Amino acid sequence: MKLLKSSPPWLFASLLTTIIVVGELTHDILGGFDRLALALGTSIVAEHVVSRLFAGRKGNTLSAYITGNSILVLTKPAAGLLWPFVMGPILAIVSKAALRYRGQHIWNPTNLSFAVLLLVAPGSMSILSHQWGNDWRLVVLLLGLGFLVVGKSGLMHVSGTYALAFSALAVVRAWMLGLPVLAELAPITGPMYMLFMFFMITDPRTIVRGKHGRVIVVLIIALVEMGIRLLDQVNWPLLDPLLTAPPIFALFLVGPIAKVLELRRQARAEVEAVPAPA
Amino acid sequence: MSASPALRQSLARLLFVALVALSWGLDGRRLTVESPGAGAPPFTLREVSGPLGLGFRHERASFDEKLAHIEAQIAALGAAVAVTDADADGLPDLYVTTSAFDRPNALFLNRGAQGFVDGAGPAGLADVNREGLGVSMGSVWADMDNDGDEDCFLYRYGYPSLYRNDGELVFTDVTRDSGLEHWVNANCALWFDADEDGLVDLFVAGYFPERFDLWNLETTRVMQDSFEFSNNGGSNRLYRNLGDGRFEEITEAAGLTSNRWTMGAAAADFDGDGHVDLYLANDYGAEEFHRNLGAGPDEGGPRFELVDAGLGDDSKSGMCVALGEVRNEGRMSVFVTNISERGYLFQGNNLRHDYLAEGAGFLNVAEGIVADCGWAWGAQFGDLDNDGWQDLFVANGFVTGDEGEGSYWYGMSKVGGAAGGLVEDAANWPPMWGKDLSGSERSRVLHNRGGRRFDDVAEAVGVTDRYDGRAVAMADLSGRGALDVIVANQRGPLLVYRAEPPPGQHWVQFELTGTVSNRSAIGAAVELKAGALHGLRVVDGGSGFSAQNGRRLHFGLGTQATLDEVIVHWPSGRRQVLHDLEVDRVHAITEPAS
Repeated sequence: MKLLKSSPPWLFASLLTTIIVVGELTHDILGGFDRLALALGTSIVAEHVVSRLFAGRKGNTLSAYITGNSILVLTKPAAGLLWPFVMGPILAIVSKAALRYRGQHIWNPTNLSFAVLLLVAPGSMSILSHQWGNDWRLVVLLLGLGFLVVGKSGLMHVSGTYALAFSALAVVRAWMLGLPVLAELAPITGPMYMLFMFFMITDPRTIVRGKHGRVIVVLIIALVEMGIRLLDQVNWPLLDPLLTAPPIFALFLVGPIAKVLELRRQARAEVEAVPAPA
Repeated sequence: MSASPALRQSLARLLFVALVALSWGLDGRRLTVESPGAGAPPFTLREVSGPLGLGFRHERASFDEKLAHIEAQIAALGAAVAVTDADADGLPDLYVTTSAFDRPNALFLNRGAQGFVDGAGPAGLADVNREGLGVSMGSVWADMDNDGDEDCFLYRYGYPSLYRNDGELVFTDVTRDSGLEHWVNANCALWFDADEDGLVDLFVAGYFPERFDLWNLETTRVMQDSFEFSNNGGSNRLYRNLGDGRFEEITEAAGLTSNRWTMGAAAADFDGDGHVDLYLANDYGAEEFHRNLGAGPDEGGPRFELVDAGLGDDSKSGMCVALGEVRNEGRMSVFVTNISERGYLFQGNNLRHDYLAEGAGFLNVAEGIVADCGWAWGAQFGDLDNDGWQDLFVANGFVTGDEGEGSYWYGMSKVGGAAGGLVEDAANWPPMWGKDLSGSERSRVLHNRGGRRFDDVAEAVGVTDRYDGRAVAMADLSGRGALDVIVANQRGPLLVYRAEPPPGQHWVQFELTGTVSNRSAIGAAVELKAGALHGLRVVDGGSGFSAQNGRRLHFGLGTQATLDEVIVHWPSGRRQVLHDLEVDRVHAITEPAS
């Protein structure tokens, strides 16, 4: 119970650790401890070096731990390749210093890292996890834990809205296209969505402020994801890479736009709040 | 750092762009298929099926209407080839299968310079795809009764058949009395002498569970229950050859029970203890190594033990098991094909070197183009340029779709990670119809560069076809001292690629006949030492994907014109050492009585 009173980053780190420990014990999800060492070590070193070099401050080890583990759990590299476990965390962490607007980074670093690597290095990695066994007991456990943690972190409306929106749109899509409903609902039972729902769209640094704003942004993400999924119905090969990870690319596209709009509105409000000179 | 925030951010942006470019570069480098500077390959592969009279086209099965929406993938198997000598004339013949009802299989009889003629009809081996009986998925051949001719076991989605060769191309269907008449949806079988009694026994691997008649289904819950650790496939069975035409199922007693979705198997003495072990490649699961503990018939039959052997718990989609020797160390290597698809899935082929005899396990060294051949199916090792190093031919491509219908990868990825029983029900799968699933992929010809690396030289040597390849077998079909690669393509033609090595390369071949061991010498290993070369080949009772190589063992020797030593390890445990053998000829070796 003490854990549940902790701050959100600790809660997320604990949840992630639980996912990794349970997954490794039951299904050998890591695919090798060399990967764990590389992803985590790179992430922590990169966080401290990049923070010192580009922000002039100490790095946040907990944040690096979450980033490194998220990338570790979702990266499925081509056989024998380890560099995605190095490049993934570095890209994520450098992006925090490189891609900023009004002093804030606007992409969820892990999300950005996956999106970029899937676009520029599709021959080297995919985002299907190493192996999860399609085990519903594990999914139930992780969903339960995930919702418990986001609930305690005050972010239930984010993950909950996404889960509901995805499910509703899956039914709509199935109806529209004459596809099996369960085929459209199936992705949300997989590991990519665990990480997505509980870590990426809930990232306090890149999510917009205010419950209503968040719900609207999450709904837009779900709609854009649906749009990406519908690309399967048209023959636009150039956009086919988006189909490899629809939620990742939906957040990649919507997240920064929402954040930029919020920061601009915020800046405008601050200007308006300054009393005009007499 | 004393730089301004703006400068810092600019530097960070530069770094970010550089990292993205580096990732792109690393990705591009990995996909380079032919090593720069490697030079032109010293051999060619010429497609000769037409001139040889080997016109044959595989047609796929059609199942219960309930599976129509994904039939393209469920029925995407069955193009198989076995090299045998059906008429005992010393020339390798080919038996090839198709999988549509009322379409004939072919038994191509080798007539030497006159090419091949199809003798399946008169032999009773053509009209074997019938409603109620099932459709062919492959065959394995061996002299099951040690009477001097090769008998045929045909496995189907349906009832298997055992055809006894009575000589003069007369085959008698002896299935009913053999004890093998059980419905099985099999993609794999092999002959090997499990109990070391001098008679080949039979291993049959179920794929879809045997309770399903795929033409008359009462349920759509016929698929795997997991993409990664599935245990709801067909039963694997081991049948002991009783020597009188009958077979006794001993699966449980032998400790070989498994319900994984086995696709490929090969047998050899991997640990050097004198007993022939079993290596399995499973779809939707990890590979299995079953060590033969060697209890003979007098001790209650053979016993196998499932050993980790370094295969780990990596879940993959194993499609075939090919055996070879790639480093001239006299050490077996195992190649297991898997699936790789850009952006979606990287399971990677495995090339494992065998260190069991040293008390260790298998060591996977596959990477780059060896690991990633696309959706890889059948494969076989063979020294295509006679340089003394075994190369690797890999057939690729799953289902070529209709023009403009797009890819099914996205559709499959939706259910791929889904939890629990959802994937088991075919009704939950998105319809495939005419979509493509890793179709039209070119075969790979991986040229062994001195045991240090492999280069894909397929296009350079003349392998450019884009058929959906399945079974691959190798044999010297015309006694040239060079190998031919026979490729059975799904919904495509049978192809034969004739290797044309550079002149001046030496070779030697061995034709083994067992006396105490099974007469086909299946499971026998020949170790060859010649200068720096130390080769190892095993007589094949079924390997690769739905394939069986020629029984005659081929060694390329490069410029090595003399042999130091040839050691034959017979399944009976006998060891025969031969010296002063000539190169550039076939040696017939009969197992000594003692």
